[in-house]
Formats: sequence, structure tokens, C-alpha cells
Amino acid sequence: MNDREQRWTQLMLAARAGDRGAYERLLRELAPVLRDVVRRRLANFGAPTGEAEDVVQEVLLALHLKRQTWRAEDPLGPWLWTIVRNKLVDHLRRRGRRVEVPVEDLAEILPAPEERPGTEARDVERHLALLPEKQQAVLRSIAVDGSSVGDTAQRMQMTPGAVRVALHRAFASLSARLRSDQDE
Amino acid sequence: MKTDELIRALAADERSGPGLGTSLAMAVLAGGAGAAALFALILAPRPGLAGLLADPRVLLKFAVALSLAVASAALAVRMVRPAAARTAAAWALLVPAALLAAGVAGELMTTPGSSWRGRLFGHYALYCVSLIPLISAPVLAAVLLALRRGAPDSPTLAGAAAGLLAGGVGAALYALHCIDDSPFFVLAWYGAAVALVTAAGAFIGRRVLAW
Repeated sequence: MNDREQRWTQLMLAARAGDRGAYERLLRELAPVLRDVVRRRLANFGAPTGEAEDVVQEVLLALHLKRQTWRAEDPLGPWLWTIVRNKLVDHLRRRGRRVEVPVEDLAEILPAPEERPGTEARDVERHLALLPEKQQAVLRSIAVDGSSVGDTAQRMQMTPGAVRVALHRAFASLSARLRSDQDE
Repeated sequence: MKTDELIRALAADERSGPGLGTSLAMAVLAGGAGAAALFALILAPRPGLAGLLADPRVLLKFAVALSLAVASAALAVRMVRPAAARTAAAWALLVPAALLAAGVAGELMTTPGSSWRGRLFGHYALYCVSLIPLISAPVLAAVLLALRRGAPDSPTLAGAAAGLLAGGVGAALYALHCIDDSPFFVLAWYGAAVALVTAAGAFIGRRVLAW
């Protein structure tokens, strides 16, 4: 396990202990690395790299929704790369390609990627528009407007608990919709 | 939506449930309770069960079924944990297989060939093959529900492990009722019943465990 993955493991441990800042830092640190890995893999398989941001968002959603499958005593790296691999394979399959991506190949892309700005992704946005109105509004308020759960609750005249439930449901149904996405 | 924005919202979502192991344990308890209720509704323990537990062939049925349930539970939870080591858990499935093989070998050596056919078909083969899957159904449902929290590489195989687990629990319950004690019978009919539950688990798992 390299330094980078060791740091990620520490951040995830802190996140599990309730440190939300550490969790956000972890996701922000992962995003450019994922972007780089995904772009290269898509290019290898002759898939348009313009889809990379969609895969990155799908992976982030999966990492988030499945984070309880990671055990604190395990290194984070292998767990992370397995999820990336599975989501990447799913994505390519949905586009009609049958592929094998060894996990080892992903972890070996080591150098810190040059900072490439995340392009706008379309898949999440497209499915977001189909979610129940309340879930959409809550997610947009927190994600796009940067409001807190408390502020969102006040503005939408909901309890903070209801906002949290709506937010979580929004992620769960987004992830399910992305998985069964057969179009394009 | 930009990835930065998505991350901000993900970090705000603090809802996360119990770990996988806890979920699976609760599912086995709840499903097992449902299976026991079903058993009580349609079947009854065989007469004199307590005394019969000294018979190694009766004990063998419970040993095979319960060791199968334990080994498959360990396997199932690893099947839905990304990058978890599965080899040891898969090997543990050899424990019920070896127990049953020893039972069959013992039966072959201690009973006359003329009685084998009767031992194999027993009295209630059809009941065995249909009632074990029925009793297992609540366990399978509960376990699949718990495994939905996981992230299997192969939803089909994870579902099959869930089926083995449910089949093991169902077989152990049915053994309380079953008067066919020959290891031949157990191999053929308990085996067929557990295979059915496993196939059902794989079939349903493929659909409900995708993530």
C-alpha cells in the first residue's frame, strides 16, 4: 500500500468516526485521481473519454452508498479499486462492450494527475430531473446552492431529519437509475 | 451537476446503517424466526426427537445443515464486500461436504446392499424436496434484503451463497420433522432441496443484488 492510499485510509477512518470535513477532503482528493484513471481506461477501450465525468460521478455515488462495506481493519485501496473496476466495467457493458479490467492495473496509475477541470457530467443531471420534486430540491439546495441541511430545512419548511432522508433517498435512487440506464 | 457540487452534497449525507455483518446476523435471526413459524404452522417435530439425537445418523443431518449455514454465511458476507478474501470461506464449505461424505461412506460399509434402494428413497422424499425450499423462503428473502447493502462483484454468486445459507437453515429445521435418517437420503433429497434454494438465490440475486 502506498502513502496515498494510507492517507485515504486515515481519512476514511476519521470520516467513520464522524469527521465530515475529513470525508469531504477524501472525496475531493479522490475525484481528480478517479478522473485520470477513468479517462485512461476509457481511452484504452476505445470509449469516448467525454463520458469520464459520468463514470467518476457514478463511482463517487457508489463509494458513498457502499461505504459501510469497507472494514476499518482493511486498507482502503483494494476496496476502492474494486468498486472503481466494477463501475467501469458496468459502464462499458451498458455501452455494449464486454471487458475485463484487472484491479491491479487501476491501482498502479500512481503519479498525481495533472489537474484537469471536471467537465460537466450529463448522466446524473439527466436522472436528477426525473426524481421526486422534493428530493430534487433538497439535493440542488445542498449541492448547487451550498446550503446546509439546517438552512435547507428552514427554507423548505421541512424538519432537518426529513431533509436528510430526502437527500439520502435522492442518492440511492440516482444510483439505481444510473445502473439501469440503457439508453444513448 | 458538477462533480464538486455532488461531493458537497455527498459529504452532507450522514445516514449510514449498521455494518454488513450485523445486517446479515439480524436477517438470519428474522428469517429464521419466520421459517420456524412456518415450520410450526405446517409441521411438527418427529416423536421422540430428543432421544433420537444420540443416533449419529440423526445428528449428522443437523451437523451437515448447520455447518452449511455457517460456512455460507461467512461466504455470503465476503461475496458482497469489495476486495474481501473469499478463499478460506469457500473452503469451509467442504466441512458439510466432508461430514456428509463420511456419513455416506459409513452407511455403505455398515448396511447390506439390498437395503440401499429403500434407504435412498426413504418415506417422504417429495415432502423433503418441496418443504425445505418452502421453509427456507423467509430466510432467503431476509438474507437477500440484507445483502442489498453490499457491493458484490457477482450478484449471481452472492445470491447463490444466500441460497446455500437459507437452504442450510431450512434443512436444519426440516430435519426436526424428517424421519428419513439415511445419509443416502440426505445426500439425494436434502441435496436436491438445497440446490433448488441455491438456484433460486442465484436467479433472484442476479436481479436484486446488482448495485
